[in-house]
Amino acid sequence: MKPPKFRYFAPKSVGEALALLEEHAAEARVLAGGQSLVPLMNMRLVHPEVLIDINGISELSFIEAMSDGLAIGALTRDAKLVADKHVAKGLSVLNEAAHFVGHPAIRNRSTVGGSIAHADPAAELPAVMVALNAEMVARSRTSSRTITANDFFKGYLTTDLKDGEMLTEVRIPGLPARSGSTFVEFARREGDYALAGAAAVVTLHENGTIADARLGLCSVGPAPVRPHDAEALLRGQRPGDETWAAAANSVISVINEPLSDIHGSADYRRHLAGVLTKQALAVATERAERNR
Amino acid sequence: MQEEDFVTIRLSVNGEIHRLVVEPRRLLADVLRDDLGYTGTNLGCEHGACGSCTVLVDGQSVRSCLMFAVQANGLEIMTVEGLAQDGEMHPLQQAFWEKQGLQCGFCTPGFLMTAYELLQRNPNPSEEEIRDALSGNICRCTGYQHIIEAVQSAAQTMAESVSVSSGTGA
Repeated sequence: MKPPKFRYFAPKSVGEALALLEEHAAEARVLAGGQSLVPLMNMRLVHPEVLIDINGISELSFIEAMSDGLAIGALTRDAKLVADKHVAKGLSVLNEAAHFVGHPAIRNRSTVGGSIAHADPAAELPAVMVALNAEMVARSRTSSRTITANDFFKGYLTTDLKDGEMLTEVRIPGLPARSGSTFVEFARREGDYALAGAAAVVTLHENGTIADARLGLCSVGPAPVRPHDAEALLRGQRPGDETWAAAANSVISVINEPLSDIHGSADYRRHLAGVLTKQALAVATERAERNR
Repeated sequence: MQEEDFVTIRLSVNGEIHRLVVEPRRLLADVLRDDLGYTGTNLGCEHGACGSCTVLVDGQSVRSCLMFAVQANGLEIMTVEGLAQDGEMHPLQQAFWEKQGLQCGFCTPGFLMTAYELLQRNPNPSEEEIRDALSGNICRCTGYQHIIEAVQSAAQTMAESVSVSSGTGA
């Protein structure tokens, strides 16, 4: 259980990190919080020749309110996101999801960008980013582009990031009035990988019907699931158990590749996804009603 | 191995400064134990699941099996050896003893450091907050009830000693 040899660089700026990433391209890995990468290295499942440690790049750690939303630096620790007050305005889904990441000692190190770039299907933040229509900012030495969450997550531990590119920032569009959000998950023990999790973001019309509802699910497929059919079905409806049940059935019908392991069968996870969808929609709607 | 494969680092452990030369792949836990002799930090799983190797880095709890020693260069580390002062056990250690919060003791340093961080941040935690804070530490002997009681008892002792030392004497 010891990592194999690697060459170690600790750049002090994004520019320096991107130059190193370009130079070493395919054989390099970026080390952020290390709470997923280091275990994989300890077990020798991953053995990068070059490790680019970005922990010294303070410009990558921030949570900033923008005129039209929120910007979060890639190196922002989950512990900071759990407690951040900027986030609270309608985006409590971020605080809640971050609290589900591991345990306190993990969250002191683990980062927002690391979770997103690692793209573990059981991770909370990727599913949240999908539900929030977030944009990922990917930079290389010579270019910068934004990628929507829908296009970013390609499959099991696979993203749209190319060799030489680094995720530097996440941008989350602001929510209109009468919006609420939440994240719920079910795990066998606190801090374990969830058997299923659901993020919901709901915006209501003035008359109380649903103007917009967005969902993102984790642990029920190789990548976060965005159930567009369920969302379409919710628009214009009146909130309530029947509406939630219809959405849950629609969610269940699109989950065709759930994980299946000793902790939970595929059928069980599919069932959980439905239950969690209903819970998340009910809580997000209740919050939207209060955010008038 | 070539010279450039090694890095010179400076670690402050429980206030004592150490300068040493390490390979970047050496885990902080291994350097603390094998190079510096702080064997109170125990390694259980070596992949961040058990919490045994928890130490404080700049006041924050971290898994020392998930951090390379080079990453702690220049930072302040506190291990379980840093808890007792002048031969007197820390109130947390005393409480774990009195409440029987340990049997074999392997997981105890991780629990102590995690609980220490909690009480620094939140001197009067509820039972739920204690359970949440300790949820990342695994004990295979005692069950958790006595450990939680120990943390509650330590919190009380520490609060009393603060009110005594800050009392007006009137």
